[in-house]
Parts: sequence; structure tokens; C-alpha cells
Amino acid sequence: MAERRNADRRSADRRSPLAGFAARFETASAGGALRLAEIPFLTQLNLRVDAKSPAAERIGRALGTTLPVEPGSAVRSGDLTVLWLGPDEWLVLGPDEGEAEIGAGGAGLRDRLVEAAGSADGHVSVVDVSAQRTTLVLAGARARDVLAHGCALDLHPRVFGPGRCAQTLLARAQVVLVARETDEFWVLCRSSFAGYVAEWLLDAAAEYVT
Amino acid sequence: MLLIPCPWCGPRDEIEFHYGGQAHVAYPEDPAALSDEEWARYLFFRDNPKGRFAERWSHSAGCRRWFNVVRDTATNEIHAVYRIGEPRPVIA
Amino acid sequence: MTSRPGEVVRFRFDGRDYEGRRGDTLAAALLANGVRRVSTSVQLGQPRGIFSAGGEEPNALVQIETPFPEPMLPATTVEICDGLVATGLPGKGRLADRPDPARYDTVHAHCDVLVVGAGPAGLMAAAEAARGGARVILADERPAPGGSLLGTAEAVDGLPGRRWAAERAAELDGLADVRVLCRTTVFGHYDDNYLVAVERRTNHLGAAAPATTARERIWRIRARRVVHATGAHERFPAFAGNDLPGVMLAGAARTYVNQYGVRPGRRAVVLTTNDTAYPAALDLAAAGIEIAAIVDVRQAPGEEWARRCAERGIDVLTGHVVTAARGAGELSSVVVAPEDGGQARDVPADLLLVSGGWTPVVHLFSQAGGTLRFDEEIGAFVPGDTQARDVRLAVEVAGSARGVPTLSGCLRDGAEAGRRALAAAGFAVPDQAPPPAVEDEPAAAPARHLWLVPAADGDGDDYREHFVDLQRDVTVADVLRATGAGLRSVEHVKRYTTAGTAHDQGRTSGLLTSAITAHALGLDVADLGVTTFRAPYAPVSFAALAGRDRGHLHDPVRVTAMHDWHVARGAPLENVGQWKRPWYYPLDGEDMTAAVLRECRAAREDVAMMDASTLGKIDVIGPDAAELLDRLYTNMMSTLPVGSIRYGVMCRPDGMVFDDGTVIRLAEDHFLATTTTGNAAAVLDWMEEWLQTEWPSLRVHCTSVTEQWATVALVGPRSREVLAGLAPGLDVGNASFPFMTWRDAEVAGIPARVCRISFSGELAYEINVRSWYGLALWEAVNAAGVTPYGTETMHVLRAEKGYPIIGQDTDGTVTPQDLGMAWVVSKKKADFIGKRSFSRADTVRPDRKQLVGLLPEDTGRLLPEGVHLVEPGGTRALGHVTSGYRSAALGRTFALALISGGRERVGERLHAAMGEEMIPVTVTHHVLYDPEGARRDG
Repeated sequence: MAERRNADRRSADRRSPLAGFAARFETASAGGALRLAEIPFLTQLNLRVDAKSPAAERIGRALGTTLPVEPGSAVRSGDLTVLWLGPDEWLVLGPDEGEAEIGAGGAGLRDRLVEAAGSADGHVSVVDVSAQRTTLVLAGARARDVLAHGCALDLHPRVFGPGRCAQTLLARAQVVLVARETDEFWVLCRSSFAGYVAEWLLDAAAEYVT
Repeated sequence: MLLIPCPWCGPRDEIEFHYGGQAHVAYPEDPAALSDEEWARYLFFRDNPKGRFAERWSHSAGCRRWFNVVRDTATNEIHAVYRIGEPRPVIA
Repeated sequence: MTSRPGEVVRFRFDGRDYEGRRGDTLAAALLANGVRRVSTSVQLGQPRGIFSAGGEEPNALVQIETPFPEPMLPATTVEICDGLVATGLPGKGRLADRPDPARYDTVHAHCDVLVVGAGPAGLMAAAEAARGGARVILADERPAPGGSLLGTAEAVDGLPGRRWAAERAAELDGLADVRVLCRTTVFGHYDDNYLVAVERRTNHLGAAAPATTARERIWRIRARRVVHATGAHERFPAFAGNDLPGVMLAGAARTYVNQYGVRPGRRAVVLTTNDTAYPAALDLAAAGIEIAAIVDVRQAPGEEWARRCAERGIDVLTGHVVTAARGAGELSSVVVAPEDGGQARDVPADLLLVSGGWTPVVHLFSQAGGTLRFDEEIGAFVPGDTQARDVRLAVEVAGSARGVPTLSGCLRDGAEAGRRALAAAGFAVPDQAPPPAVEDEPAAAPARHLWLVPAADGDGDDYREHFVDLQRDVTVADVLRATGAGLRSVEHVKRYTTAGTAHDQGRTSGLLTSAITAHALGLDVADLGVTTFRAPYAPVSFAALAGRDRGHLHDPVRVTAMHDWHVARGAPLENVGQWKRPWYYPLDGEDMTAAVLRECRAAREDVAMMDASTLGKIDVIGPDAAELLDRLYTNMMSTLPVGSIRYGVMCRPDGMVFDDGTVIRLAEDHFLATTTTGNAAAVLDWMEEWLQTEWPSLRVHCTSVTEQWATVALVGPRSREVLAGLAPGLDVGNASFPFMTWRDAEVAGIPARVCRISFSGELAYEINVRSWYGLALWEAVNAAGVTPYGTETMHVLRAEKGYPIIGQDTDGTVTPQDLGMAWVVSKKKADFIGKRSFSRADTVRPDRKQLVGLLPEDTGRLLPEGVHLVEPGGTRALGHVTSGYRSAALGRTFALALISGGRERVGERLHAAMGEEMIPVTVTHHVLYDPEGARRDG
């Protein structure tokens, strides 16, 4: 019982970096031209492994998809998304898993990957970065226009369509940008910058939502 | 705003990169064996040519990889981009 | 033309109300109302009128007052709107004294082909590129496409040029991958075809401008190929009185008549060196302006033009010049004389049209690195070979921008440039379409290049009325003075005379300045060249360049998970890099000094808490993690047992301290390194740099987890008791949870990692939780009766203990030994970054600046950072104060300082030089509080 009580207490205590923006996001989304919202508490794991190693293969099996090796590509497998961040680095996104004990074993995604990685060969790191960044969804016919105000990448659908991701700058913050659907993007930003990025997006969207 | 071709991510704006100075300046094998002058040469002396220059860049706002670039310091034209550990390419 | 068609727009100029028409520039509307004097020149205070009909205007500068004050705008580019209030510029402009409420923004754009200029050549280039499937951007600074067609009213494909252009542009804009931008000035062409433009989006709307639409937008365009179809500017020769209101470029006068239906005068004389002034004269005549004479400096004008003038009864004086324009405040007559001597005559006129030929607008091409060559036929510099230099420009130049003189030529040339760009961008080039038809294009006679009309006897013969740069009031006399002073380079003449340095950047006068200089030096202008073209091509407001990056979006603001609590508690914020950190938490009626003393006492005597989340945190994982840390830190990390924590310092190879922090060992192959708040990114980059470039064989991965964790520092003699209450499952006993170890535990029901670390010398803990629990943890700890403290108290507490802050007490010239931390430098390790430098002669000097404490003799006297220290009676600066505070624990003020040979000076009396005042201080050891370290275990 005590355990259960603690778990309830914990989820009540959890506060996402953009919890305070919910109402403003809703207002900005009301007109239909744009949808802006935070997707809080996604499980996020930073994975470092040699893509050619047996460990990478085992991890791929655990994820249900081979790790994408083409720079800037993102693959989805069920409710998981794997983003290419670097030649030996990926960000694995999954649904909110509530809260596991720090450092404890369990059935969570991180533990599954650590187990898959094994310790026999090579070296693999799986670091929980779920609270390091938060996720914003920006969707709608003008989503690309909003991003183009602060992102120097070519976001043309032929260049940055669904299945593409990039680490880049949005305004003056580093972000991971993911094209989910033709007109739907995820913007992953560091928690400390989240307020800045949210304020910036709301300001950049003003022209399209009023 | 240079357009620097990251060997991994492709061309990105210069603002996403950090400059790392002259390439192929290796950390000495055994610093203790060097004279003060030799050590000072490693620490403080770099080439500064007008023309082609092999230099290091890091895609710091992207994939965070270091790589080498041969850039013409007078025209900013980038003649070659190659990964760390690869030899400086011969450019005609 | 007294009642022009169109919607009436009411505006005010120099205190009088006027009516214009929608689409008028302020210049057109003023001319329509007979206003000829617009501004006053900056040096000489001369009245000036309207000289051109575009962005090249040197004279008619105005100050806008309403809708919002803005100085230095050419009346030829301001579109009138209802309620516009403007004044002629009295020499200098004036900035607004209130914040600008308008929005400004930026758009990043990409295209295969960017076409600059939507005149005949640009439209054709864009159309051809679009036809081949390229992504195209077509930008033009005017409100409507058409370029020269707007002013000349020539027909294309049987349509009036303006309509032909509008239809072509509308077709283009309707294509999915084409963007047509009007009112958009491309002002910079930078490396790798990065071009920057400013779009004026709402100025012409006045009060009707939507509040959410950015007033000006900066376009940052990356183009695979660029077509510069930037046109040409008409130029003028130097003659006496050429600055008088009423003197106007011939093409401009033609534009006022054709585009705006405005007569810029009643009786005109035309001075020309080429054929293009003839159709201007004929258009003016057709509009009812009397052409008193065409003064052609050539012997042989184009035959067809001469015939048409004869037909219209216009007198053409070949081989003649205008030696002077005369009038009191504005033009009233023109002195015309045969060039080879002979009787001069005074011709009454209120308008003098001048054409000295056309100068291609090569600014952007030249900015991009393109070289220029002199074209003898048009008497101007034109783009040279785009492949001539080492850097191969991905640029085409088309139309009059490269000296093509005719409309049909420009249409053809533009289409060809568009096709070249298409091919170069990798597209298949479609079959050539027939060029648009141009009907009336009489054969042209060669132009003559006349720069200077010699003064007639007694009429401006000191060349002080022969203007070269109208906006800077530079005359031929000024240029002659420059060459007389020995200047030989046109760059030097420019700086000596200021010619070409004004708002208009010498667009109509740059070549003239070179030509006059060449003339004075006995050189050919082709050899002398022109001054370098630099961005911006046209003035751009700082507001536009700043865009969205101002006010609360000026720079990213980084905050912790507990930030809202700090703000709600009324804590003033301190900027630490981009972070906003609570500085102190004043209670009612407390000032900063009182609050900080109270917070310090709570930490030293009771229990206090601080938000330490901003420290950088890096997970270092891998079989070689310990080896990497041994190489980067000055001390040994591989010997650290799992479960323990060690303080460490990193140096650059030169031995200077770069960062410090703690390293905790989570597992044999897993460490967590903390960095200073401001250096988190730099330290991670540093680790990656060594790993990737020097030690790729080390099996280590580094991952930033700075924001994964929120950290509450719990500090003070009662901290153990408070922690025990919050974490009943944790054995907090000193033996079971000793100093510099960590434990995982639940704190306030939240999974946490608790580290026994102290940055104050007191018994202390740092409680780390996933950052989304940060606020809950903070509130729970605070609810246990713990006093919050801010960065100021943190600084005082650490300074009392002599702990340096990297970047405050160090500046990149300080070794660990200088800081009194020789103990942190391993003697056992064979090498680590910085080690070799510790035996350099410079780092072992006894007179190096070393960290010491200072006690002012006046115990209430606070020493500000940066104050220099001297020996009593001496003047040589021995060093400076790096930190100065009031200490509750010491009951006095104290400071840390870097002082030459400081440790040898302990006990010495020095003076802190505060301006004229010398404040006596005593040098002490840098650890002032609890030097034996008795307090850390509680």
C-alpha cells in the first residue's frame, strides 16, 4: 500500500517544463491553422553504440527496428521512435512510463535496452534523458512557416518530410526537430530552454493564428 | 554565413559549428620529453596562411562530430571536408 | 493632369496638408503638389529637391513622424498612406524617443534560383527557371514588378509594360515553388550564396497595418544559383549648380510622368550624353511639359530620335553643354553653350533633366566576390567573368546590370540567364520559348562619356558648385583638394572627401567620383577603378535586423524547474550565462545586505537550501571512462571508489584552470561529472574534442544530463536532521553516509540521489531528482522549515572558505597552484592535460598572481571587484580584487584577490586604490572561515 501511495504521490508531484503554457497553447491552436501543444514526460533515452556491432543488432531487435544509419533519419516502431543524432548516437522516444527507481532494474525501456546491449562485446551507453528535454508538437498548414522564422534548415516537404529529423537551432536554442507527418513536427528542446522556445513559437505563430 | 558541409549531416549554416583551429596538430606523444621551447611551439604556434588551410570544425549544434576542412582563407571556398583520422586530401 | 485618377490619400508634409493618390511615393505626391524643395543638405545647408524616382535618391531625405518616427528615408521610396506626417530632413535625422511598437521578423528561405530584380530581365529569368521546375524566389525593391517598364511605359507583347510585368509576376506567384517578393530589397550577398533581404510589409498601409504582421521582415535566403537582374542607375555629369531643386535625372522625370501621372515641372531643358534622354523628353512633351531644348553633348544623336524631336518641334542642340544651373533656392534658368566655345545663353526653365549614361548596379555581384571590368561602350564598370577568380561564383548577371542597353536585349538576356541558372542547378532545360515582342526600338547612336563640364568664365570656376556627391555635399573642388594633397587611390579620396559614404552610398555618384579623380590624376577611370562595394546595399533598420530577438526574446532565458517558486517569492534574479538564478530572497522590508546576512547565518548556524540545478552534468560511461577522466582532470579519478565523490580541476594544455567540479562514481564504468554553470557546454565539447580527435580508441561516451536533474543543496548544521525527516529510509549517520559519498534514496517520496558535498564548508547535501520533480522536492524541503538562499549567499559562503569561482576569481591565466590548490594536481600521473605546462618557466615564477584573502582595516568597507592593489606609496598594480563581500560569520567585510607573489605577502599591508582614495587592507590566507574544516561533518 505504501508503495502505491508513493507512486500516486509522485505522479501528482510531476510537473512538465511547459505546464504553465497549456492555456496559451490552446488559444493559439483554437483557429485551426496551427496546433501547438506540449507532449510531456515522453521516455527519452540517449543511446550510444557502434551501429555495426552485434549489440546494435540486439538493441534493434528489442526496439523492433534496426537503428537508422542514414544521417537525419527517424524510424518508428509501434509507439517508439528512433532518431539519428550522430554516427553512433540515437535518441529513442517512447511513451511516458511513469517513474522507475533511479538505477533500479525493471521492465522499463531503458532496462530492456541495457539488457539487449549486454556486456559481452563493445561498449554501449543507454542514458535516461527523459527529463532533459520536453517535446512540443507543432502541426497544421502553417507549421512550416512558423518554424522557418527561426530555423535555417530547408523545411520543404521534399527535403524535410516525414521520417526526417535534425539537431539544429530554432531561434537561438538548440533543438531536435522531427518531421512526424507532412504538416506535423515535434520540437524537442532542453527543459531549461523550453519556456524561451515556447514564448518564441507563440510569438512567431501570432501572425497565423489571429 | 558560410555553408559548411558536415560529413554527416550535410551542408549547414556556419552558426551551427565551432571552429577548432589548425588541423593535424597532434598532442605530443610524450610531453615530458619536450623542451620548453618545443612544448611552447605546440601550445602557441599555428600557421596562418593566405590560401588553403586545413582546419578543424565541430558541428556543435548538430551531430557534435569533429571533422577537418580545407578552406581557402582568402575566398572562403571549401575545397575538401574529411573525417578526423583521415589524411589531408590532395587537391589539384 | 490636375485631377489625377486614383484613390485620394491625405498626408502632411512640413506642416502643410496635401492630397496624393494611392500608390504615390511621397516624392511623386510632393511633385504633384508643386513642392520642389524637400530637404536641406547636411554640410552646406543648401535646399535640395527630388533628384531621382527610386532608392538611389541622394537628395530628398525625409523624417517620418507618423505613423512612427523614422529618420533618413528617401521620399522616392516612401509610399504615402492616410495620416502620413513627414518633414524634410534638416541635414540630420532624429530617432524616435519611444519604443517602436511594431513587430519585426525573419524568414529563412531556400531556393534553386534567386532572381534579384523583377524588371524585364529578372522576370524572364525567373519565368525560365520556374518553367524548368526550379524553386524560385524573385525579389524586387519596388511595390510592383516591372523595373524600368514602370517608368518607360514601353509595350511588351502588345501590353503596356507595367501590365505585362504584373501578369508575368502573378503567373509566377501562382506556382507552388515560386515566391515573388515585392517591396523587398536584397541588401547583402554573402558567402555560399547566402543573401539577405528586407521586405517592407506594412509601411504603405499606415494605420491600417495589422498589428500581428511584422512591419519589416528580413529574408535570409540560401540560393543554389543567383541571377542578379539589378538594373542600372542613371548618372549625371558635374556642372555648376547641379544640386539645385529642379535638376533631375531624365529617367526619373519620365517615371513621374508615366508611372504617377505627375508633371515634375513646366518648362524643361534636357542635358544628355546618350539617346535615353530622348524618349524621356518626348514623354514629357506628350504630358504637356514644354521642352525648351535638348542639349546633347554629342555631335550625332540617334537619327530616329532626332527626327521625332523635330517632328514635335523640340530644339536639339548638338555639341552643346549646360555650363550652369541657376536659381535662388531652386532652378529658374539653365546656361547653355557650345562646348567648343561660343556664345552662352540663358534658357529659362524650372526643370533640368540630366542623363550622363547608365551605371549597372553591380553592388551585390561585387559583394559576392565578383570582379568588374570597364565597358567602354556604356562608360561604366560591368560584371567580369564569374569564373575568373579562385572562387567560382554561382551567379549570373542579366540585363542592364551587365550593360545590355535595350529592352529586347534585356528580355532575351534575362531568359538566357534563367536557363543558365537552371542548368547549373541541375535541372533539365526546357525548349526555348519565343521572346516577348518589343515594337518600338530605334537604333541607338553611341553615347559619349562626359563627366565634367568645365566652368564657364566667372561662373563656378572654383568648382565649388560642381557637385559630385549631392548627399555629402562633395564637390569637384573637394576631389581636387584630395588629389592635390597627394591621394592617388579612389579609396583614399573617398575617405578624405566622404564621397560615397552617405545614406545613398554614392549610387548615382560613385562612378563620377572615380572619373573626376581619374581626370585630376590624368588617368583613365577604367584603370583607377571604383571603391569596394560592401553590404548593406541599402540602409536597413536595426529593428529589422534584430527581428524577434528583442525584449523577452532577446536572448534565450534558461530557468530551472523551481524558477516559478523563486519568482513568486520575490527573489531578484541574477544572470549567470543565459540562466536566471535567484539572487536572494528578501523578507518584507529587507534590503539585499540584510537578506544576504540573514541567509548566510541560516546556512552557518541553522539550515538553508539553494537551487543548484544549473550546474552542468555529464554522464561519462564506458570501460575507459576512468582513463579519460584521469587525462582531463589534474587529479586522479580512476582510484575513486564506486559510491564516492571527488572534487577535480581541469586545465587547458597551457596549464591554466578551465573548469572545476565534482566527479561521482556511479559504477566501475560510469561517472557523473559536474561542471560550473556557465561552462557546461564547453566542458562537454572539450571531452568530445579530445575523445574524437586525439583518443578515438578510448571506449567512452559522454552525454549531457544537465537538465535531467534538478538539484537542491541542503546546507547547515541542521541539514542532517532535516534530511533524516524527509528520507526516513536513508541512514544519514556520519559513518554510514560520510562526506564525499552518495546514496540513492527516496526524499519526500521522490526517487533521489543524495550527494554529501559542501560548497560552503558546512555539513551539506545535494539532493538530485529528475527535473520534473524539482519543484515538488523544493517545496517539500522548504516546508521542513529550511531557509532558501540565493547566489549571493552562495558566493559569500564559498568565498569565506576560499573556494574560487572559475571565471570570477580566475580569468584563463591562473593555474591550480596560483589558486593555492597544488593538492589537486597529481604527482603520480605520468601525464594529464596541462601537466607539462606546470614546469614551464612562466608557471613557476614566484611573482605569479596568487589567490589571497584581503581584510580591509575598516571592517565595514566593501571592496568592489576589479579594484587594483598597490604597496603603500607605490603605484605598480600588484593585482586586483576578484570577489568582495560582507561576512556574517566573520562580522566584517573581506575580499579575495589575485596578487603578485600573494602568498609571500600574507600579513602585509597594501592599499586598494579606489580612484584617489587608498583603502588600507591586510593580506591573509585565502581560507578565512573554519580553516581546519571542522564544520563539514556537522
